[in-house]
Amino acid sequence: MSVMVDDPSVRTPLVLGGHTFASVSDAVCAPVEQKAPKWWVASFAVALSLLALLLAMLSKLVWTGVGVWGLNNPVMWGWDLVGFVFWVGIGHAGTLISAILFLFRQKWRTSINRFAEAMTIFAVMCAGIYIAFHVGRVWVAYYLFPIPNSMAMWVNFRSPLMWDVFAVSTYFTISLLFWYVGLIPDLATLRDRAVTKTRKIWYGIFAMGWRGANRHWQHYERAYLILAALSTPLVLSVHSIVSFDFAVSQLPGWHTTIFPPYFVAGAIFSGFAMVVTLMIIARKLFKLESFMTMHHLETMNKIILATGTMVGYAYAMEFFIAWYSGNPYESFAFVNRAFGPYAWAYWTMISCNVIFPQLFWFKKIRRSIPAMFVISIIVNIGMWFERFVITATSLHRDFLPSSWFYYSPTWVEVCQFIGSFGLFLTFFLLFLKYLPMIAISEVKAIMPEADPHHHGGDHV
Amino acid sequence: MTSQRVIGLLGSFPSPAAVLKAAESLRDAGYQRFEVYSPFPIHGMDRAMGIKDSPLGWIVVTCGLIGLSGALLLQWWVSVEAYAIVTSGKPLFSFQAFVPICFELMVLLSGFGAVFGMFSLNKLPQLYHPLFRKQSFLRATSDGFFVSVDADDPRYSQVETADFLTSIGSVTVETIEE
Repeated sequence: MSVMVDDPSVRTPLVLGGHTFASVSDAVCAPVEQKAPKWWVASFAVALSLLALLLAMLSKLVWTGVGVWGLNNPVMWGWDLVGFVFWVGIGHAGTLISAILFLFRQKWRTSINRFAEAMTIFAVMCAGIYIAFHVGRVWVAYYLFPIPNSMAMWVNFRSPLMWDVFAVSTYFTISLLFWYVGLIPDLATLRDRAVTKTRKIWYGIFAMGWRGANRHWQHYERAYLILAALSTPLVLSVHSIVSFDFAVSQLPGWHTTIFPPYFVAGAIFSGFAMVVTLMIIARKLFKLESFMTMHHLETMNKIILATGTMVGYAYAMEFFIAWYSGNPYESFAFVNRAFGPYAWAYWTMISCNVIFPQLFWFKKIRRSIPAMFVISIIVNIGMWFERFVITATSLHRDFLPSSWFYYSPTWVEVCQFIGSFGLFLTFFLLFLKYLPMIAISEVKAIMPEADPHHHGGDHV
Repeated sequence: MTSQRVIGLLGSFPSPAAVLKAAESLRDAGYQRFEVYSPFPIHGMDRAMGIKDSPLGWIVVTCGLIGLSGALLLQWWVSVEAYAIVTSGKPLFSFQAFVPICFELMVLLSGFGAVFGMFSLNKLPQLYHPLFRKQSFLRATSDGFFVSVDADDPRYSQVETADFLTSIGSVTVETIEE
């Protein structure tokens, strides 16, 4: 293999460091079985205080009303919706890695899918908080569901917001089930390694009596395949439906047919960036570099580059159509987006999402940990700005110039967003401590020794 | 613990290839009620054991169809019967707008079918199993490969089956008590 070009006939090994089946279990289970390291305790304390901040902001919101946010007429959607779309988008990388790459038989996914799926679930939880609380009177949030009630009132199934409720709740449920099904064999591994009674009982209950029987594996693998096949269109539908919240409305800047694919590409883009950010930290702290290899990071960076370019294409195409349609309102919305009062947000978005990821064309940068760490964070900042630009710039210049208004968030919105990271991190840190962050049985299955026709074992 | 009924034999094997070959030998010798245990699914084991394909797909299709038709029925009933209000000048049964929720509920119910169908086919949760009492069997979820033969297999005989397991490469042979 030369330095600059990979030999395509040689598969890059996915597990480094001469691991055996037993040592894979040892390495992955070590963080779960050892005492929590100091950095974990410290980060958990930070995460909990951020979570407390979120709860305080939500309490203030419920106690006082939505007026604590900076929303105005015409900008009636602000950081609430931006936060929702941001978190749902981040979640999508997990499903992409676990489902779509599984269907494409991308074996490299096995050491990162558990990690990314956990991220999905916690990110969708953060998104769910935004949905539940942005309705204002959160105690009647059950109106969102078609539940028989004494007012004989029913939901409007023709509204994209209703589709969103079904899409996001289905997405959360299926992601959770998929994640749990994947965990069962590994929970059994932890159960069988347990030295304390507490562990034996709890991992035992959640492992459900898994014992690795081939008849079980047969149904299990089929269930896993079906879940992957279901999750693939599901994840595409979820962000398409999120984009319908905008696209089905009649507002210039929102009413565009490119939104569904553009939102899906953006979601994968931001989600992969988040996986890279978290993975760089976790592989270092837990010494799992032999599973989450440079090859994994580089492959993910390539996907960031590809999806970032798609997003850039979508930005350009929106402008082109705004001009080509000859619709003065549409043209105004886009010129105003780039050169109006929110130009600073627009150009932040362009530089973070379109310019910086292009650095990944260079192999050196694709394989440099500090560079990819910085770029992955820049991408997430950029993707947050994308949602802000779409939401705020399209709303703040209404059809009637008399209702034009500038929107800025209040401290409550800002602190709520910061606090949502607390919710995410709290759960993520608990996951890192109490569950195997790498799918042990799946990694073993892709090791060359797992192939019954492998040469060089102790048989033949 | 005195006179416990023996319900089978447990043999251990060193590698996926060895256990695959053992399963083929057991199948060819006419054994039917035997099981292979491994920390990960072994490619080709279903054929080696001679077991039928998983019927899970049919369960999932059924659940998916229930989800799809249930969603359509719900939306029709709410929009046409229970709460007939004209929105955006659209007909009451504007099925195009019902497609997303039909899709979502189809996926949701199919997912339930896949997961809970898999649990019921595998008879899980089953928190107790005689094998869990075997110290050696703890390795089945780490790096151990095992074959168990049930005592109620027509070909089973305490001594001959144990010898047969050894002859096909079993490193250790233990009895499984009830």
